[in-house]
Amino acid sequence: MSGEVLLEARNIGKRFGGVQALKDVSLTIRAREIYGLIGPNGAGKTTFFNVMTGLYPRDGGEVLFGGVPLELGTPYLVAQAGIARTFQNIRLFGNMTAIENVMVGRHVRTHVGVFGAILRTPGQRAEEAAIRRRADELLHYVGISHRANDLARNLSYGDQRRLEIARALATEPQLLALDEPAAGMNATETVALRKLIEGLRADGLTVLLIEHDVKLVMGLCDRVAVLDYGEKIAEDVPGVVQKDPKVIEAYLGAGGD
Amino acid sequence: MSTKKWFGLALVVLALLALPLVLTSVGTAWVRITNLAILFVFLALGLNIVVGMAGLLDLGYIAFFAVGAYVYALLASPHFGLHLPFWIILPLGALFAGMAGAILGAPTLRLRGDYLAIVTLGFGEIVRIFMNNLSQPFNITNGPKGITLIDGLNVAGMNFTATHTLFGIPFTGPAKYYYVLLILLTLVIVVNLRLQKSRIGRAWVAIREDELAAKAAGINTRNMKLLAFAMGASFGGTAGGMFAAMQGFVSPESFILHESILVLAMVVLGGMGNVWGVLAGAMLLSFVPEFLRYTVEPVQQMLFGKLLVDPEVLRMLIFGGALVLTMRFRPAGLWPESRHKLEMNEEK
Repeated sequence: MSGEVLLEARNIGKRFGGVQALKDVSLTIRAREIYGLIGPNGAGKTTFFNVMTGLYPRDGGEVLFGGVPLELGTPYLVAQAGIARTFQNIRLFGNMTAIENVMVGRHVRTHVGVFGAILRTPGQRAEEAAIRRRADELLHYVGISHRANDLARNLSYGDQRRLEIARALATEPQLLALDEPAAGMNATETVALRKLIEGLRADGLTVLLIEHDVKLVMGLCDRVAVLDYGEKIAEDVPGVVQKDPKVIEAYLGAGGD
Repeated sequence: MSTKKWFGLALVVLALLALPLVLTSVGTAWVRITNLAILFVFLALGLNIVVGMAGLLDLGYIAFFAVGAYVYALLASPHFGLHLPFWIILPLGALFAGMAGAILGAPTLRLRGDYLAIVTLGFGEIVRIFMNNLSQPFNITNGPKGITLIDGLNVAGMNFTATHTLFGIPFTGPAKYYYVLLILLTLVIVVNLRLQKSRIGRAWVAIREDELAAKAAGINTRNMKLLAFAMGASFGGTAGGMFAAMQGFVSPESFILHESILVLAMVVLGGMGNVWGVLAGAMLLSFVPEFLRYTVEPVQQMLFGKLLVDPEVLRMLIFGGALVLTMRFRPAGLWPESRHKLEMNEEK
């Protein structure tokens, strides 16, 4: 799994008022690996995600993606560079159909503007058909093509998670960042999700995973980083991280006194 | 489309073409009312882009109508002695209004909902007050007196203020405007429908549904919002130009907050985001008050033998009551956007 470095975060810092949410967090994600980011509640995992995908401005540090510094603070440029994400509390476009949700994801890779749309030029028709075709394929890929014409808000919880992944995939990412994708899923759904993520990697994607389900993370990830109080306290293969006394302390508290 | 559908469409077109002739026989006033109603449909469809699709609550929309009207008035009246042809001024009005839309959009990009509503409301008032006061030190807008003697449309040497007789049928001025408006309206509907089913329209709806998720999904929300403001505003500007040409007179009084709210009510009542719903809403809110204007008095005379309540008061009472009831029982509008159904129809 020792591919070249895809993403390198250097000394990322983020402060909310008096709270230092992230402190000098550095990590490297290699191409085609599944990288887990874990830590107790409030450790700064989602904050890191939000900074990395450009939703929050950062206070310090930089992120190199494929060797190029990311324009942080402008999410659409991050998406254009090739990082897509999902949200911990699913954020779909509820009153759009499933397929339309995925079609929105194609926005960043398509170009026809207002006049093309109004005049319905041949180029626009071709692009629109391609958008629909690709969205259809992606719904197939995540296994919810039978719900294509249902409103996103009427989908089951598990299907909504899948739809969100399909929308993220529509932006043609190199790195897919999933924020607690297994949250609220039952055992069967989690197994199916695991298969989906493994399939993504097999298809050449790099996956960054925030997860609470330790079993899922340990079984799925090639490498894991542990955050605690905004600092990285460990980064290694799951077997080693699991035995790290600092990690055990962060999760269980200091043993014996 | 099936033959049956074509036949239906042909019937509708014929009916629309014959309408002013029928209305003229009732009274030319009704043709004027119809024209005004079409202008309001025009405005409502423009606002629908901003409010219905992109979800940006705009309470100062009438300002763009004003910009379009004043551009027309200044460039085709004795006020500056300019008499440019309409096919230059109408697009110019749309352009200026679109720029005004972008100017309003730029500082409000971070605002949503109530906050955005307050700023746009202020913007609408600023534009009106400008029109009211730009008579000093240089007389640009002629202040509250407004601009008079605005040129009407003039197509191929045919002056729209006079009556022409074609094939033995007299076409009055308003009737001719009706046909022009009908053409423009068709264009606006087509533009609306096509935008809705394009990547731009989807981006707008995505912003309405969840702006943060739209950003994360790779949409340049800043540009898309500015585009929505500018597009909506340019519709308003075009309508304003037609308004100036039809009335021959503009003054700041025509562009008060009440008008902004009326247009918004049309969009909301009809069903935000749905082109046909908005069209129905605008028609309804334009015609019902006029209809009541002509019926409230005679009905009272008939029932009580005398006038008990002032028609104007009663008219607004019925009107307001109807609005409240609609919102109570059909909160999504009379004809809400049903994306689900739209999608099904598309599959044939």
